[in-house]
Amino acid sequence: MIKNISNLGDAALYCDFGKEINKDINTHVIKYFKTIQKRNIPGINNLTPSYNKLIISFDLKKINFNKLKKVIDNIEIIKGDRMQNKKFEIPVCCEKEFSLDIKRLEEKLKMKEEKIYESFFEKEFFCYMTGFIAGMPFLGDLDENLRAKRLDTPRVKVPKGSIGLTEQFANIYTFESPGGWNIIGNTPLNIFDSTKEKEPNLINPGDLVTFKRISKEKYQNYHE
Amino acid sequence: MNKNYFEIIRAGINSTFQDLGRSNLYHIGVPFSGAMDNRNFLLANKLVGNDHNDPVIEFAYQGPHLKYHGDKINIAITGDVSFKIKNGDNLIDGECYQSFILENGDELDIISTNKSVYGYLAISGTFDLKFQWSSCSTNTKAKIGSNNGEKLSVNQKINVKEINNSFVNRKLNYVNTKIENIRVIKGTNFDYFSEEGKKIFFKNEFKVSKLSDRMGMRLEGKKIENIVDTNIRSEGLIKGVIQVPADGNPIIMLSDHGTIGGYPKIGVVVSADYDRLVQLTPGSTIKFQEVDLNSAETLFKLYDLETQNLISQI
Repeated sequence: MIKNISNLGDAALYCDFGKEINKDINTHVIKYFKTIQKRNIPGINNLTPSYNKLIISFDLKKINFNKLKKVIDNIEIIKGDRMQNKKFEIPVCCEKEFSLDIKRLEEKLKMKEEKIYESFFEKEFFCYMTGFIAGMPFLGDLDENLRAKRLDTPRVKVPKGSIGLTEQFANIYTFESPGGWNIIGNTPLNIFDSTKEKEPNLINPGDLVTFKRISKEKYQNYHE
Repeated sequence: MNKNYFEIIRAGINSTFQDLGRSNLYHIGVPFSGAMDNRNFLLANKLVGNDHNDPVIEFAYQGPHLKYHGDKINIAITGDVSFKIKNGDNLIDGECYQSFILENGDELDIISTNKSVYGYLAISGTFDLKFQWSSCSTNTKAKIGSNNGEKLSVNQKINVKEINNSFVNRKLNYVNTKIENIRVIKGTNFDYFSEEGKKIFFKNEFKVSKLSDRMGMRLEGKKIENIVDTNIRSEGLIKGVIQVPADGNPIIMLSDHGTIGGYPKIGVVVSADYDRLVQLTPGSTIKFQEVDLNSAETLFKLYDLETQNLISQI
């Protein structure tokens, strides 16, 4: 449930669902997000769900903070509207040319490369949110022993398809972008397709994701 | 075949097609984009008799130099811009907020913006553009929108689909006003900063850095000290949010911003001041002034009334 609603500037509601980050809290965030999206409330022009927050942007010409807060305070979350979790298996190649930060991670985590991959590929991840860049899925939770901080100096260009780790999350760079996550491999799969206007994102909040290691040969022939 | 088109002799520094942008896509990571300076965008369209959301060319600093081929067409430029129109041997100094007719073979040279960043070129007709999520706005970082998500480049053609044939001369007396202070509502992490840091934020001047673009404006000044945590759990961003990363220098999110961020939010620029904020050039100074939500809403009403009033004068 929403613990508190405050204003973020003069044209957004900042809904706080509590301090912790876990699937339960995030599931509430996503339920609110989906309910509000379905209601088509006049004036709302954007929604940003994240781990434990929901930001509701609105057009200040049409509605203001207090009026919209009342609507959200009284909104009834559709019960029994079960979240549809899709499941995905993402192919990942971990050859040297793709695993840009694996050596750095071995040092940071004091773990051997093979152990890092073993632990990573065993996991089923939950998609908490998408964004930063278009379609990028924030996937959790990494095992405690795989959690590392971002690079001290972010890369100017992280290649498209890169799989990155930081703190309790994994993500996939949907296109070439600056970024500071620890890169351990690359997927040939297209995660964001802007030509599909209805569903450009392959992975959406609530979906379940596993990764599968593939050879370089398979990676190269993936689109053939 | 397209018989009406602009030939690009010089593309300019960052010339893109823009309209009011695209909404309801933050949750997949796509920002609003759209014209940075909303008022000047609306005025440009009105000056050539267009609908309020028709695509225009937005340029930054140095604009494009175009040669026009086709039936005569009306154009208008808004902002604080120096430009020239060449027809035959005549070289005319252009004036902003006034419509001009271009004939076959005429050239339009948008030399530069003056003490501002963005200017707008509207034509009395429709550019032949691809729309994505019902907007033509080009987001060059995400490669989204018209022109394959790219800025204009030299030697390309800009095709004009239709020309509306009402060649009314339109003019507006308007001067872009400079603003002393940028007004700000306290952010959701205002208390992450030391008393001294908060004072610095509202009392000191900051310099607009060269590292500013359609995504964000970086500021330099006295370091704003964080006493809680230099990171927050990643969460949504909106345009106008002022984040302060570990180095203590504020970054303001602008129209093409990343949709999620993990730096504490010290403040949010009020909607009424956004157009003037984006026009601040690198090297200029900026000072923040705190206002509450009620005042911000009133300021926006005044801003919107003034905009409507200007539009109705055209």
